[in-house]
Amino acid sequence: MTSNKRIPWSRIALWTLLAVWLVFALGPYVWMLLTSLKDRAELFTMPVRYLPQKWTLESYKALLGQTDFLRFMRNSLVVAGSTMITTLLLAIPAGFTLSRHEYRGKPVILSLLISSQFFPSILLVLGLYPIMREMGLLQNLLGLVIVYAAFVTPFTIWLIKGFFDGVPREIDEAAKIDGCNEVRMIWHVHLPVIVPGLVAAASYIVIYSWNEFLFAVTFASSVRTNTVPVGLKTFIGDFVMRWDLLTAGGVMAAIPILVFFMIIQRRLISGLTSGAVKS
Amino acid sequence: MKETLQSRGSTAVRTRFFKRYGKYLYLLPAAVWIVGVVGYSVTRVFFFSFFDYNPLRADRTFVGLENYVRILQDPVFQKAMINSAIWTFGCVFFQVVFGLIGAVLLNQRFRGRGGIRGLTLIPWATPSVLAAMMWMWILDGNYGLLNDVLKRTGIIELPIPWFSQTTTALPALMLIDVWQGIPFFAVMLLAALQQVPGDLLEAAKLDGAGPWKIFWSVVFPLITPTLLITTVLRIVWTASYMDLMMVVTQGGPAYATLTIPLSAYYTAYSELAFGEAMAKATVQALLLLLFVLVYLRLFRRRGAVDDVQ
Repeated sequence: MTSNKRIPWSRIALWTLLAVWLVFALGPYVWMLLTSLKDRAELFTMPVRYLPQKWTLESYKALLGQTDFLRFMRNSLVVAGSTMITTLLLAIPAGFTLSRHEYRGKPVILSLLISSQFFPSILLVLGLYPIMREMGLLQNLLGLVIVYAAFVTPFTIWLIKGFFDGVPREIDEAAKIDGCNEVRMIWHVHLPVIVPGLVAAASYIVIYSWNEFLFAVTFASSVRTNTVPVGLKTFIGDFVMRWDLLTAGGVMAAIPILVFFMIIQRRLISGLTSGAVKS
Repeated sequence: MKETLQSRGSTAVRTRFFKRYGKYLYLLPAAVWIVGVVGYSVTRVFFFSFFDYNPLRADRTFVGLENYVRILQDPVFQKAMINSAIWTFGCVFFQVVFGLIGAVLLNQRFRGRGGIRGLTLIPWATPSVLAAMMWMWILDGNYGLLNDVLKRTGIIELPIPWFSQTTTALPALMLIDVWQGIPFFAVMLLAALQQVPGDLLEAAKLDGAGPWKIFWSVVFPLITPTLLITTVLRIVWTASYMDLMMVVTQGGPAYATLTIPLSAYYTAYSELAFGEAMAKATVQALLLLLFVLVYLRLFRRRGAVDDVQ
């Protein structure tokens, strides 16, 4: 009994550090949520009152009633969905062939894929602007989909190649003996096996497109085409900050992405890290 | 289309052609798409960086290296280059340090580990505008939570306008980026930590090494390759990251938060001097390229970064 009485300092240290980390990581979210539930007049009091004196959904009513926030959400959904489909259509065949076929310059192709991630986005913004303007792709959600798909495809190919690598080759042989051609084999045999991987890849694409700001604000900032990040930015005025709208909109923008992220994070991370860690 | 071609198998030549080059068809759409967008814009930016160029008017005049000379002599751009260096290395340094601590923490055994891991990752999935907005509210000069806490605890008398004084604006922005980036390192390094073989740790323990010694002489060398790769990736990415400045400070006050990509952006879209902006973007890309090459050379020699290729 006495031997168990020693104070477990290492446990205490562990939990203290974890607690500090969680407060730092989640504090901003908690504060945003609390702020969004306050009455607007209550935001501007000093000293700050931490909990709402009167819990109210007024900010959310204002957000949905007075602003185009729902349209921003719809635009973001359209862009994220279209980017996801486009990118998967490009990346699945590419990932398959890089996993299964022999190539002369395969290492070169793979390192080119990775290095295309190294280009500063300012290069793309400046380089694409004139041609997008000429082609009428400014203030147009299609333009965003084209750019986003180009941006996320390399890494998605990398992820999907890894998932195909995990499918045993014996399956290919069996399918070929059954007289299956390659395209049908991918569709009926491989894809069902790598569905979890595809979900991870799809969520990476959706999170990227949902969060992206620079291209969206440069190529598609108009009341009609604002995505959620750009729309939120419009509540940050030059002189007036609409903290009621910002915090309510922030909560609503965060909910879908966070729910999504929590569901898939484990799988997404194993996909992300497998490329970097294995050698 | 492939199916009909193959099933008909019309001519031997066609079949042979297909057998030989068919595999490239899988790669073609993605390659065209990526080269079309990324390759096109990179080439175009480089090319027009030698021009006086404004896409809104159709005029373009070849000016040689004039854009480069002008921006490199411009004290504001020099300031932007220094800011970029502070921003990039400062952010990544703190992310590496805290990410490493975080990875070690998450690698311990404790109740609810899976859930806590997920929660600590949330900042990483946060949209940049949302992160900027949440921290703007916390760091607000008049009604911000941080000033309130500091005043209550008696650390400060007067509220600090974090984003509107030159000394604190860049560090405050760096705080946001560090907040977002710690989970990235924690996750990557955690994955590396989990690959460290258990018997190696047992052996070290039997030799009488303490946990501190074990970490630095057994574990750390094993996770170094991952650390080096994630660091270079993050440096490249942080150097180009300008969302926070665009939302919070627009480069101000007094250029205190102006970085190279941000400076290029405003040169293009506020001054409509696209040629000059493209020269700035090219400088940014070349500096990064140089950095990556030196970095790889430096660490490849030690055999640490082989797998990045």
